Amino acid sequence: MRKLKRLAPQIVALVLVLFAVTLAVPGFLSISVQNGRLYGSLVDICVRAAPVALLAIGMTLVIATRGIDLSVGAVMAITGAIAATLVADNQPLVVVLLVSLGIGLACGLWNGALVALLDLQPIIATLILMVAGRGIAQLVTGGTILTFNDPAFSFIGSGALFGVPMPVLIWLVAGLVVGLVVRRSALGLLIEAVGVNRRASSLVGVRSRFLIVAAYAISGLCAALAGMIVTADIHGADANNAGLWLELDAILAVVIGGTSLSGGRFSITASLIGALIIQSLNTGILMSGWPPEFNLIVKAAAIVVILTLQSPTVATALSGLRATFGSASRSNSHEPTGKAGARAK
Amino acid sequence: MAEHGAVLLEARGIDKSFFNVKVLDGVDLTLRTGEIHALLGENGAGKSTLVKILTGAYRRDAGTLRLAGEEIEPLSVAEAQALSIGTVYQEVNLLDNLTVAENLYLGRQPLRFGMVDRRRMRADARALLARYGLDVDPDETLSAYSVAIRQVIAIARAVDLSGRVLFLDEPTASLDAREVEMVFSILRRLRAEGLSIVIITHFLDQVYAIADRITVLRNGRMVGSAAIADLPRRDLVSLMLGRELEAETHRRPVEVAVDDGPAAFRFRNFGRRGSVRPFDMDIRHGEVIGIAGLLGSGRSETAFLLFGIDKADSGTVEIDGKPVTLSSPVDAISHGFGFCPEERKTDGIVADLSVRENIVLALQARRGWARPIGYRESLALAEHYIKALDIRPPDPERPIKFLSGGNQQKAILARWLATDPRLLILDEPTRGIDIGAHAEIIRLIEKLREEGVALVVISSEIEELVAYASRVVVLSDRTHLRELTGDEINAATIVNAMAMAAGEAA
Repeated sequence: MRKLKRLAPQIVALVLVLFAVTLAVPGFLSISVQNGRLYGSLVDICVRAAPVALLAIGMTLVIATRGIDLSVGAVMAITGAIAATLVADNQPLVVVLLVSLGIGLACGLWNGALVALLDLQPIIATLILMVAGRGIAQLVTGGTILTFNDPAFSFIGSGALFGVPMPVLIWLVAGLVVGLVVRRSALGLLIEAVGVNRRASSLVGVRSRFLIVAAYAISGLCAALAGMIVTADIHGADANNAGLWLELDAILAVVIGGTSLSGGRFSITASLIGALIIQSLNTGILMSGWPPEFNLIVKAAAIVVILTLQSPTVATALSGLRATFGSASRSNSHEPTGKAGARAK
Repeated sequence: MAEHGAVLLEARGIDKSFFNVKVLDGVDLTLRTGEIHALLGENGAGKSTLVKILTGAYRRDAGTLRLAGEEIEPLSVAEAQALSIGTVYQEVNLLDNLTVAENLYLGRQPLRFGMVDRRRMRADARALLARYGLDVDPDETLSAYSVAIRQVIAIARAVDLSGRVLFLDEPTASLDAREVEMVFSILRRLRAEGLSIVIITHFLDQVYAIADRITVLRNGRMVGSAAIADLPRRDLVSLMLGRELEAETHRRPVEVAVDDGPAAFRFRNFGRRGSVRPFDMDIRHGEVIGIAGLLGSGRSETAFLLFGIDKADSGTVEIDGKPVTLSSPVDAISHGFGFCPEERKTDGIVADLSVRENIVLALQARRGWARPIGYRESLALAEHYIKALDIRPPDPERPIKFLSGGNQQKAILARWLATDPRLLILDEPTRGIDIGAHAEIIRLIEKLREEGVALVVISSEIEELVAYASRVVVLSDRTHLRELTGDEINAATIVNAMAMAAGEAA
């Protein structure tokens, strides 16, 4: 129940966006089965949301530690380039997958080391790889768009299992695995503790460095998965454009998901819904026939509205309005405005 | 300029509240021309608030301010400066990346044809600093000079801006003895020129070295003001701590069931340069070691060292006769240590997490991330301690930031009790909490002692230490000065020992 309450704003926002698009595009919600797999706009949204959804999983953990990972788009480009090179070299699929994931992990560890061991500010530490990463990817592909024709690898991007497109399956499974590992172990609690108060956490013996490195490492792994999906989907690696600006969408998905950039409490599920909201806006605007030059503006406007509704200031103002206009029954709210003095010592 | 000794700045009945908590209550301060006036008091006594009111940074709620007999109403630091009242704050308020001359004339650069007249600024700066006996290059960036020289430059700027009254907040906090003497000689010269100086410091030696008068604040009230000659060190300390030595409390008969065998925890020659001078400490199960000392005496530093937060650079630790290393809290915790820090908000609570999560945090950290404490188990733990320590409200899922200070403190104690500690280090466990919680925490300390936990308790409440400590270590000037045992543990002896300068020991 508590979990549902936490997710309510994101679910409501998603439903509202889908509803708005349905008004403009009749038949938007219809799903059919063709050739043994699911088809329809909703399925399409889930497929196209895959890269941002995957990035958002790792980004959620990083942001929960009070960090940020700007490099994920570039890491997508690196891993995509490496995967394409290996595939073009006719390496077995297992090798391609393991090497690509290993590279993503290494990128994450590099970021984590800069942040946790050298105490660099996360935004600067990951900016390094954000800039350098695209250069590395260009070196790997030799500056060209590296294409390949390999049905096995392409299956990751365009295949389907039990009727569910592979990209969707991958982000669902990744979200489930990371979510379970984090919440069934104590990682989640400890990451939240470090994000809220790193000093106090260290003083009770929480190994904050390890946790921070782990968060960036998971972020790197997620970026590697996203990079492979994009590469498999287009049958090639484009070092310049793969994952371009996606780090910003991933951050946005996390923020829409209600995880604060100042660290602490996080919800991977909410971030995934955030990614779906972003993709629904993208797809919806395209399908509704708006002139494409409006796309970015409409998307920005919708996001402003969503974030405004979530902002603590608005929430306080709304609960203040409620308090003013009667319904005194809601007196167990957690905002002890009257206690501010007592807490100020 | 008025003659020496005439009243220059007079504050009467100053009140100030923050969020309905009174931090200054009818405080008086009289500052005379050409005197150095020490403003003393323990943490939270209201010194900084008073200075901020006198220098225009805060508005007072009530009371009057007079400068040379005329009522004044400084609404900002700039207005106070215009009235000739200047300040040098603890964190030197200069800009490290600008040159010396730019720092001296920032915001009032001499102009020529609407442009900054650098040549004149340099010449002025050189002339100004020469008066302070400083031969520094006005074109050098400030960061090239030591903290002491920066401090003098800050003073020079403040005096040049204001001219009659100078407030100095902890001017010597990070200076060595020679640098302190350099700053003091400058202050003496300024005094001779008729400036009135108010100095806030925690170093009593320095007060007696330089001040003419002392005013003591405690809990927002002025509790005494006297010429330096009329206030010997011992009386000053008891004024600051707020106790009459005559009204002596009885030494309670602590039945310390401490065995005479070797101590479980043996620290030898344990210390850290710049933090605490090497000390020996034996801690046995079932005893409370009290640590007494004024602010800045090294008491929290001792706790940081014992718990591995600061790494000792000398000495050894033995636990149960085996040598161990303590290089991090993780090490300390693995040996069964626990530590409740003085700064509850920044070092203790994890504000956004619930009471339950805060309580299980230390135990969970010790177990490691791969062995989680399940929800049921953590709830049971939290409910057990909420009941045992009477934490209110008894809601394990409430974010701890919404609890009162006393209840937060209990939750932090519960956090360590859940780890079943062998040695608990408590730094000011009763500071800033209400009376009820205060008594409960003292009862808890006594109960833990009876259960055989070893405790080190730092407190500025002398009566508390007398009530539960089996030994009291007195600190001064970052040195473990004396260890009091048996009948020596009474308030008078402790206060006397605290008042003694490090040099007078032994």
